[in-house]
Amino acid sequence: MSTAFQVNGKAVTAHAEPDTPLLWVLRDELGLTGTKFGCGAALCGACTVHIDGKPTRACQEPVSGLSGSKVSTIEGLSKDNSHPLQVAWLKHDVPQCGYCQSGQLMSAAALLQGNKNPSDADIDNAMSGNICRCGTYPRVKAAIKDAAAMMRNA
Amino acid sequence: MTTSRRTFLKNSAALAGGGLLMGISIPTALQAAGTVHTPNAWVHIADDNTITLISARSEMGQGVYTSMPMLIAEELHVDLRKIKVRVAPPNAKLYGNPLLGGAQLTGGSTSVRDGWEKLRIGGAQVREMLITAAANEWKVDRSTLTAADGFVLGANGKKASYGSLAAAASKLPVPEKVALKDPKDFTIVGKRTKRLDTPDKINGQAQFGIDVTLPGMVYAALEQCPVIGGTVKSYDDSKAKGMPGVVAVVQIPDGVAVVANSWWRANMARKALSIVWDEGKGASLNEAAMLDSLRAASKTGTALPLKAVGEPEAVIAASNNVVRAEYASQLLSHSPLEPMNFTAHYEGGKMRLIGPTQWQDAAQGQIAKAVGLAPEDVSVETTFLGGGFGRRIDIDFIIQAAQIAKAVGKPVKLVWSREDDMTHDFYRPQSIHTMAASLGADGKPTAMTFRMTSQSVTGRVFGLPAPVQDPLMTEAAVAAYNIPASRHDIVKHDAGLRVGYWRSVSHALNAFANESFVDELARKAGKDPYAYRMSLLDGKPRFANVLKLAAEKAGWGKTLPEGHAHGIALMEGYDTYMAQVAEISLVKGAIKVHKVTVAADLGRMVNPDTVEAQIQSSIMFGLGSATLQEITLKNGRVQQTNFDKFPVVRMSQAPVVDIVLVESTEKPGGIGEPATALVAPAVANALATLTGKRIRKLPMTPEAIQAA
Repeated sequence: MSTAFQVNGKAVTAHAEPDTPLLWVLRDELGLTGTKFGCGAALCGACTVHIDGKPTRACQEPVSGLSGSKVSTIEGLSKDNSHPLQVAWLKHDVPQCGYCQSGQLMSAAALLQGNKNPSDADIDNAMSGNICRCGTYPRVKAAIKDAAAMMRNA
Repeated sequence: MTTSRRTFLKNSAALAGGGLLMGISIPTALQAAGTVHTPNAWVHIADDNTITLISARSEMGQGVYTSMPMLIAEELHVDLRKIKVRVAPPNAKLYGNPLLGGAQLTGGSTSVRDGWEKLRIGGAQVREMLITAAANEWKVDRSTLTAADGFVLGANGKKASYGSLAAAASKLPVPEKVALKDPKDFTIVGKRTKRLDTPDKINGQAQFGIDVTLPGMVYAALEQCPVIGGTVKSYDDSKAKGMPGVVAVVQIPDGVAVVANSWWRANMARKALSIVWDEGKGASLNEAAMLDSLRAASKTGTALPLKAVGEPEAVIAASNNVVRAEYASQLLSHSPLEPMNFTAHYEGGKMRLIGPTQWQDAAQGQIAKAVGLAPEDVSVETTFLGGGFGRRIDIDFIIQAAQIAKAVGKPVKLVWSREDDMTHDFYRPQSIHTMAASLGADGKPTAMTFRMTSQSVTGRVFGLPAPVQDPLMTEAAVAAYNIPASRHDIVKHDAGLRVGYWRSVSHALNAFANESFVDELARKAGKDPYAYRMSLLDGKPRFANVLKLAAEKAGWGKTLPEGHAHGIALMEGYDTYMAQVAEISLVKGAIKVHKVTVAADLGRMVNPDTVEAQIQSSIMFGLGSATLQEITLKNGRVQQTNFDKFPVVRMSQAPVVDIVLVESTEKPGGIGEPATALVAPAVANALATLTGKRIRKLPMTPEAIQAA
């Protein structure tokens, strides 16, 4: 059994068992290791990707349900760190250990797709599913505001 | 200083002469195009001018991947943006940490303190060797030459790149004496510097242990006994072996591993194993009985003296104004976001290990022992660590990966699930603090006694004998306050569960007790907690200064919003002096921390931006342990299996962190940990002001506040 869908604009076919979560297809079958395993239970957000534009925990998505879907991962945000969020992340030197940052960025990207001027409460709502054990939250918040401003002025 | 410098120079000279670096393999990704030359242990220069600076410490978020090269580059005269960084292979002789007994270990907030001088010397040595090589080649007096931005410069615009000089320079003796810059002339150290690892950490390219891929690699999931320390009696793998992708089932001392061609398949098949365990003596453990055993030991155990001045017991017995209190800290897991994992490949009698570790030479030596090899046949390559916090000082998961790899003969990546990680940690030990003090007519303490009872991590990790004081239990045990008579002692007691070093180690346990207690004394004396502390700090200018700075910045004593209160706490740890003021309120019975103001004097800083990041980080880490987290056990089984039962601070709970850093010329202090320790007492003290309730046992959950 195989499932055909798109990842970062490219057609892919996954051969894993139908109940295999997208996370493990991305990491072990497609070699896209930027999406991280943190909890396996949608509690930490480290595996956040976009499925058809919506932020989704890849550890909870059986690959069989993805036929024809468009998946975006951290590798698709930009390769040259040119996305406004990456620019802001660099400016604020957000990451520490860095392990959660793919998920943080993908959640933030989904937030800014729909809201170019998020309030503190908007950011808290959108980002509180993403754990950072290093506690980079003050910088994540500042960087999201900066990126939003860049996108508004673009 | 002179001794360690001499020793270091000797080692470096031995290196240059004896070629100790010869055994080091350089990962392909980092290999320069040309021949690589190694003038000393810290600098690799290739013919093509690729310059690689070595970090002897693991990058786990604390910024050493940038701060270690900054120290070398300051004296080597190279542009940080043009260098590569590599984490050192195991070689404790070259890369050991004298502040940790010589182990090649990342921990104890020691990296900058250890590297402060030796890395600048290391950079200067290579600079001088390159200058000498140029002088020899150009047949000029070396005093006419200088070095800048990767080149040696001579008269009339003559210049040679470091790469072109590296071969000749590497043949020269390492200079015994090198001149180091006056700190006022620093151009890199002390400046806010962008982290070198950020670009790869924002596009998915950074390689953590869990991302390692080797040709032909298979994946392992390991079932360990639900009671830590239990062993396999028997198992049935017939169902697991028939599941998709399964390559092998391997029994190792810690459990039964399923090896498959993807981790998901390995983990699914692992769940189909049927194992009968001998649960061992841990099967009766529960956290309440463990804490009771510590309390009993505090009365009957052997007290190891730490500090004694006068006859405090007599003074307290004669006083009619005595305060007594007992404080307790809970079990905690580390729970770094990257679960434990390691990749191992056994081939041709050699074991290759790749992954996240805080302790390279233990990984090499102990794994060699565990799989029956000589240490030189075990290599260790360190990836980025997805958090450490002390968990990756232990190497249980590396041993497991090596044992599985030896059995299957293919590269194996062992990955633990979150549940494995949380239930098979080395936990922060519980502690009981028994405190008493008498107050004089002016309200100041006339005498105080302090007894800390806890489990020795150093006893487990390093085999420290029971009668010897554990220096990692005494941190911040003696507070700064001037008290005419006092006794401080420590009781070690093994409560039965395996324990580990947890960010800030005993600072957190001792500071919670000390800083809660002095607050209680202030209240008993009818004094303001800030002013009371200040009145006990004569002759302690660095303590008094940070206390004052934090109070002023936080607006101590000024009117706060309705329902808000301030609490304050003070400590020295890792040679860093720090005060915190927490502003809290209660929301539906739970503590909400709005802001933490931090004043820190850590002497000279390498990268002030990283210093601030580490303080921010420590506040979030400390806040989780103060208000949210506790590991509990039932029949020896850890009850918290994921982040629903062991919550960590999230964005919506993150306070504003306001930081004041003291400009200082004192020697550097550590900053990866100390701020962690002060959150609990600052919050507990704020809660006492807000509600009149004193919480003496962590964590300060809504239930605990309700019950107080």
